[in-house]
Amino acid sequence: MTVMEQRGAYKPAPPPAWQPRTDPAPLLPDTEPHRVLGTEAAAKADPALLRTLYTQLVRGRRYNAQATALTKQGRLAVYPSSTGQEACEVAAALALKEQDWLFPSYRDTLAVVARGVDPVEALTLLRGDWHTGYDPYEHRVAPLSTPLATQLPHAVGLAHAARLKGDDVVALAMVGDGGTSEGDFHEALNFAAVWQAPVVFLVQNNGFAISVPLAKQTAAPSLAHKAVGYGMPGRLVDGNDAAAVHEVLSDAVRRARAGGGPTLVEAITYRVDAHTNADDATRYRGSAEVDAWRDHDPILLLERELTERGLIDDAGIAAAREEAETFAAGLRERMNQDPVLDPMDLFTHVYAEPTPQLREQRDQLRAELEAEQEGTQG
Amino acid sequence: MTTVAVKPATMAQALTRALRDAMAADPAVHVMGEDVGTLGGVFRITDGLAEEFGEDRCTDTPLAEAGILGTAVGMAMYGLRPVVEMQFDAFAYPAFEQLVSHVAKMRNRTRGKMPLPITIRVPYGGGIGGVEHHSDSSEAYYMATPGLHVVTPATVADAYGLLRASIASDDPVVFLEPKRLYWSKDSWNPDEPTQVEPIGRAVVRRTGRSATLITYGPSVQVCLEAAEAARAEGWDLEVVDLRSLVPFDDETVCASVRRTGRAVVVHESGGFGGPGGEIAARITERCFHHLEAPVLRVAGFDVPYPPPMLERHHLPGVDRILDAVARLQWEAES
Repeated sequence: MTVMEQRGAYKPAPPPAWQPRTDPAPLLPDTEPHRVLGTEAAAKADPALLRTLYTQLVRGRRYNAQATALTKQGRLAVYPSSTGQEACEVAAALALKEQDWLFPSYRDTLAVVARGVDPVEALTLLRGDWHTGYDPYEHRVAPLSTPLATQLPHAVGLAHAARLKGDDVVALAMVGDGGTSEGDFHEALNFAAVWQAPVVFLVQNNGFAISVPLAKQTAAPSLAHKAVGYGMPGRLVDGNDAAAVHEVLSDAVRRARAGGGPTLVEAITYRVDAHTNADDATRYRGSAEVDAWRDHDPILLLERELTERGLIDDAGIAAAREEAETFAAGLRERMNQDPVLDPMDLFTHVYAEPTPQLREQRDQLRAELEAEQEGTQG
Repeated sequence: MTTVAVKPATMAQALTRALRDAMAADPAVHVMGEDVGTLGGVFRITDGLAEEFGEDRCTDTPLAEAGILGTAVGMAMYGLRPVVEMQFDAFAYPAFEQLVSHVAKMRNRTRGKMPLPITIRVPYGGGIGGVEHHSDSSEAYYMATPGLHVVTPATVADAYGLLRASIASDDPVVFLEPKRLYWSKDSWNPDEPTQVEPIGRAVVRRTGRSATLITYGPSVQVCLEAAEAARAEGWDLEVVDLRSLVPFDDETVCASVRRTGRAVVVHESGGFGGPGGEIAARITERCFHHLEAPVLRVAGFDVPYPPPMLERHHLPGVDRILDAVARLQWEAES
């Protein structure tokens, strides 16, 4: 048979039937944010967990106030407060096991502290005596990430590496609503889903990216809906309901640990303070809006639940506040001490071994400092 | 006694061998990137690695360079030693933020607690007839970023030795592969792994007394050809192959310039804000009284990389190098 004859006989086969790779229905978030406090579900919540969350929230609120005060005293260069968002911060830390990893953004120092990092070390970046003040391996907390969403692919890579090694490790990565517009958010979620990496993404939707409201950030039905496009489940939770955030994150962490892959959690919350102490929030929002959220405050919600169910009394509330005061006083005292600086540190950790060029520059600075010293003495 | 036949090998083969040997020597070494698995990479540098080590060690990733490098950062945090392939020079730009803000800075940010031993392989440079976005010389961007090593081989043996050294380094290395040299051949015995000095040592490829050509990567061969051609003009040119742009080997460069008294820096990268400016400044600061003429640069023009049918006008060639040598104020000597 000639080639032409073969071609004549050729009949194209019909294209293979198309079908979706994943059924999107189970991935869709609920239409209402998940709530526990003030609902029937609260009765099933572990009282000990609720009390722990309460103590941590009260302490976290006091920590935010103390850190903001430290900016006014010149002890911190800047502080991005998480006042109003303490439920997310605390629940993120408590949802993890010892061996797990936390990947915080710059607003998440409270989560870092709740994970066990020394608050002075957690605040080093914002004090300005170094970038990362803690050893990331001590509590398995990655450095605070300032470039938005860039920490998310790190969490995916770490979780993937741990799974390749057969280790039981989950990574929880934190990002804000503004960060979901970044390309790294998209790439991280895509890699996580393709690799089925044991990662949980927690988006704290606090309403604003500095001054820009969510309506200018996205046209998605919700940020949790974005998960469906990657083939992972999206969960929506009331970010001021500490019990609900803890439950949703714990479920997602458990799912990741069991090999079920990543989850995207959107926690609806509100940034009560300005973006940082250097920001003026009155330029982009009214006080009525802020006041409305004060009625849905995470501490208020939990305190009401605990009180109504007789799980805490006035003495218990006073004890939590006292503990928070002691914590803040200790932090204040330590932050009021000047950090010890060694300018030679500038050159020590750029490379494992300084390059010849850096050695020259180090010698130059050393000579300048010695001359300065002599000048002072003379 | 047996003698091992030394056969010609290509730079591509030496790079593949370096990856394979590194993966065999250390289970922490993971290769990742676009098309590096089943296909073996668009230049076939990762050929056979997925088959030999499995797809968990040589991984086809989604097509997203920031994601590739970003996940490599996380893997390195957990103790792995990722070797990332960026498919082409200009395709590495989406990963720039991860490179600058995390890869380059992580050791310093954490006071040495969290070093990132990542090798980022980037095929770079022109001369292969590539259409736009396939021929950039992006080394100046990397050089300007403290925390990165920037390495580029010019020979088959160096391709092996420098890649092994880069993967073994506890610091991140941008490993620039001159793509037009991928198929260049040289006598090299893969069973006698090349001994390399630590990253950061330049090498004199040709000794000479009249002037020094300082170059790297794809331009080394061009400079050697120029040095041969220069003999007809009575010039005996020395050729220094930098091998590493960061760290920079001031010692070897300056020793050569002090001997010859004249220097021309040659590279494909644009001249304005390019590596040649830094090199010329370093030579002038250190060897001013040995110089008989200003340090000259022969670089790519300060234009976006040309379309393939015009690239020969852009790339530094023998004639342009000899023209520069001719301008090194020889008249003053006679």
